Amino acid sequence: MSVQNLNSFDPFADEGDPLEDSQNVGSQANYIHIRIQQRNGRKTLTTLQGLPKQYDAKKLLKAFKKEFACNGTLVDDEEMGRVIQLQGDQRSKISTFLIEHQVDKSTIKVHGF
Amino acid sequence: MSEPLFDPSLKKRKKKQVQFTVDPLGADADPTAPAPDTIDSTTADGTTVDMGSSTAHEQMKLNGDTEAPKPAAAAEEEDEMKAMFGDLKKKKKKKVPMDLGEDSGSSTPVAAGASTPDVGAAAGEAVEDTDFSDLKKKKKSKKKANFDLEAFEKELQSSAGGADAADGDDDVQPTPAVDLDDDADLGDDPFAQPSAGEVLASVSSGNEAWLTSDRDYTYPELLGRFYESLHIANPSLLSASGGKRYTIAPPSIHREGTKKSIFANVSDICKKMHRQPEHVIAFLFSELGTNGSVDGAGQLVIKGRFQQKQIENVLRRYIVEYVTCKTCKSPDTLLTKENRIFFMACESCGSRRSVNAIKSGFVAQVGKRSRNKTG
Repeated sequence: MSVQNLNSFDPFADEGDPLEDSQNVGSQANYIHIRIQQRNGRKTLTTLQGLPKQYDAKKLLKAFKKEFACNGTLVDDEEMGRVIQLQGDQRSKISTFLIEHQVDKSTIKVHGF
Repeated sequence: MSEPLFDPSLKKRKKKQVQFTVDPLGADADPTAPAPDTIDSTTADGTTVDMGSSTAHEQMKLNGDTEAPKPAAAAEEEDEMKAMFGDLKKKKKKKVPMDLGEDSGSSTPVAAGASTPDVGAAAGEAVEDTDFSDLKKKKKSKKKANFDLEAFEKELQSSAGGADAADGDDDVQPTPAVDLDDDADLGDDPFAQPSAGEVLASVSSGNEAWLTSDRDYTYPELLGRFYESLHIANPSLLSASGGKRYTIAPPSIHREGTKKSIFANVSDICKKMHRQPEHVIAFLFSELGTNGSVDGAGQLVIKGRFQQKQIENVLRRYIVEYVTCKTCKSPDTLLTKENRIFFMACESCGSRRSVNAIKSGFVAQVGKRSRNKTG
């Protein structure tokens, strides 16, 4: 057994940078937001907003559609930029998909109930 | 909804508490944390842990001031503990049926329920069985911890795994459904916590394992030893932690027609959280991606169908974001607005931080386009 006391241990490792989000108060630019919206009946829409520039939204949408077996579209919003819109509740699937493809987990925010 | 008199709400309390101790192990392992806080976090996740610390304390009482009781006394203590467990089991029996009545609205899904004994009990499975299995597991591992190193290391690993699991914030986890996320957290924590509690308990029961073998002592063992001597020195620390916990009545949701939901006790909940109803409502609407209004009776009418559990999840997230102090986890905070930025000041530790403004984000066009004036 290795000597535990000699291992370097950062007690604040899980705290993160305390000034991290105070730099840009109120701006949501850094997060990928995954939201859900109710339609009529049991139907829902999932929207993905704030995709970083280095990802090609069109290709990602295609991959989503194939992977989740749902339809979807790209919406250009004046304020929010490009938004991927998928049919059905795909929030958890999207987040696992993104995490699996090396998108940082801390930048993804899942909203909704 | 009126506050239940006492114990019946304990299950609820547990649920509510888990969210505040997002990283209970981390807090536990942090030696700089003030002692009462840490004790709180150990009690947060369930009666099992509660029991552990209380037994440790009881043992201290039993042992008087002896710092390192002899192993011979261990058997005796075991009996005492058995008696205590029995006692606790009875208590649990009493609690659980009431919980069922209360919880039935928001019954937890079986997938999450099966993974944790506590939640499983809430889901209405065989209550006594889970209790027994819980006890058995605990006892076994405790005995093992006294003897062999392997089991101890396993425990360590499991606790480390628990720490990892707890590390991930409650927001995103690769679980099959987002609805389950909070429950998954609930499921993880009780597992992570008891192992730590057991480590503490097994160490504090006096027979420090490293005394008999020539292996190195581990961090949790030393930590347990530290807390033991700390509590012997200041018994008041233990009793102080048992006091108040943060509870909120569950939201009462019912349907108006087919397309609207009514959230009846918004104002009560807002009062309890010391937040402006407008703020809470804005958060609800932005999270749910919908809108609504407040009717004459102070009830909130939300467009769309929502269940109590869903609203509860959103409220839980609201509490984490806007009510609990990030530094000391206390819910006694004030939210003030200065220059369009919200600041949250903690009443108990004095910390002050800015919180994110509520932004609704992208809202897709739903329904007929002709209804939308801009479209």
